Amino acid sequence: MTVAASLGDLVRDIEDPELPHVTIGDLGIVRSVTIHGATATVLLTPTYTGCPATEQIREDVADAVRSAGLEPDVRLVISPAWSTDWITERGHQRLLAAGIAPPPPADEPGVTFVDPPVACPRCSSRRTRLISHFGGTACKATYVCNACSEPFEFFKAL
Amino acid sequence: MKPLLTYTLRQGDRALILAQRLLETITHAPEIEEDMALSNLALDLIGQARALYTYVAEIEGDIDGAVRDENHYAYCREQHEFQNPLLVEQPNGDFAQIIVRQFLHDAYAFPYWRVMQHSTDETLAAIAAKSVKETAYHLRHSRSWLVRLGDGTDESHRRAQAAVDQMWRYTGELFETDEVEQALVSASIAFDPDELRNTWLHTVAGTLTEATLEMPDDVVMQNGGRSGRHSESFSRLIGELQVLARAHPGATW
Ligand SMILES: [Zn+2]
Repeated sequence: MTVAASLGDLVRDIEDPELPHVTIGDLGIVRSVTIHGATATVLLTPTYTGCPATEQIREDVADAVRSAGLEPDVRLVISPAWSTDWITERGHQRLLAAGIAPPPPADEPGVTFVDPPVACPRCSSRRTRLISHFGGTACKATYVCNACSEPFEFFKAL
Repeated sequence: MKPLLTYTLRQGDRALILAQRLLETITHAPEIEEDMALSNLALDLIGQARALYTYVAEIEGDIDGAVRDENHYAYCREQHEFQNPLLVEQPNGDFAQIIVRQFLHDAYAFPYWRVMQHSTDETLAAIAAKSVKETAYHLRHSRSWLVRLGDGTDESHRRAQAAVDQMWRYTGELFETDEVEQALVSASIAFDPDELRNTWLHTVAGTLTEATLEMPDDVVMQNGGRSGRHSESFSRLIGELQVLARAHPGATW
């Protein structure tokens, strides 16, 4: 395995500070990891423009690069814009395991004002209802399940 | 370069000032879910303002060679230098006023960012592609609340209608055009505000009908935000926004 590839794995394995057990690789926000001499350049795509986790992730990535004995150069690129379609299959499974309903495929934003049907991550019932378009973070909405009565978060398609 | 600078700055000011108003509502929303929703809206808007101000710093640096960052535009300008539309600086008042202000703004911001994805300016197009997705959720949120309030109880209906009547006079300014904007429209960096107004009106009219609310007519529109003429309460907003930066210049966490 090349140095860049193993550093890439190290970086992609960093957990998101606000989504326990979901890595930034699972979220699909690591665009590239390249090494030139003693410097490793990591390009990251933020999920939401104002996401407070972004700064933390930047620092965690810089620490990982330093632990590999390289000088970090961590940059944010906003184009192309991040989409929940970039979340990996493993990411979906990990979200579900954490009690968060994973996102459906992202459409053209805002073509409809109808909120999508969401299956409960605990009991799989589709008899759920929207409580709020936002949750503990901008990327999630809050739902409640009519079948098992549990509230849960839904990772919105973006 | 100057028109692009002014234009981008105005958009950054729109996002920042609305975010600051929303942040004032934290712990005052009618329910905890709404507290989180309003603060998440504010975070998205701050993110958009940061991207826009960072670009402004780049443009202005190219003109005069000085090095500035996003913070300069938020913390180091006088209030008359802010060019946000008056709508976003309107005080919070009751929850109906917060929602109506947000809805009238989001119904503008969503189609605005959607069309700006096609800007010939690559940076603005990239910021737009990011912002349009976030703003689609903002509009869903404020729209569903407005319907819920308007088509709710007698009291919520009365308050929602009063808020629409109060905020309506600040909506004309969103679609005003001047030489700054015209210069950019002719370069396809920005787009014709008349078309945007039609889209906005379509969303607003449909939502008001669904919410059983009346669209005000015969209202004299207020403007002045673009020339830095703000309302009295704006000075308190700026005071609170800038107090830390002014008391401790260059402070970091
Ligand atoms: Zn359930």
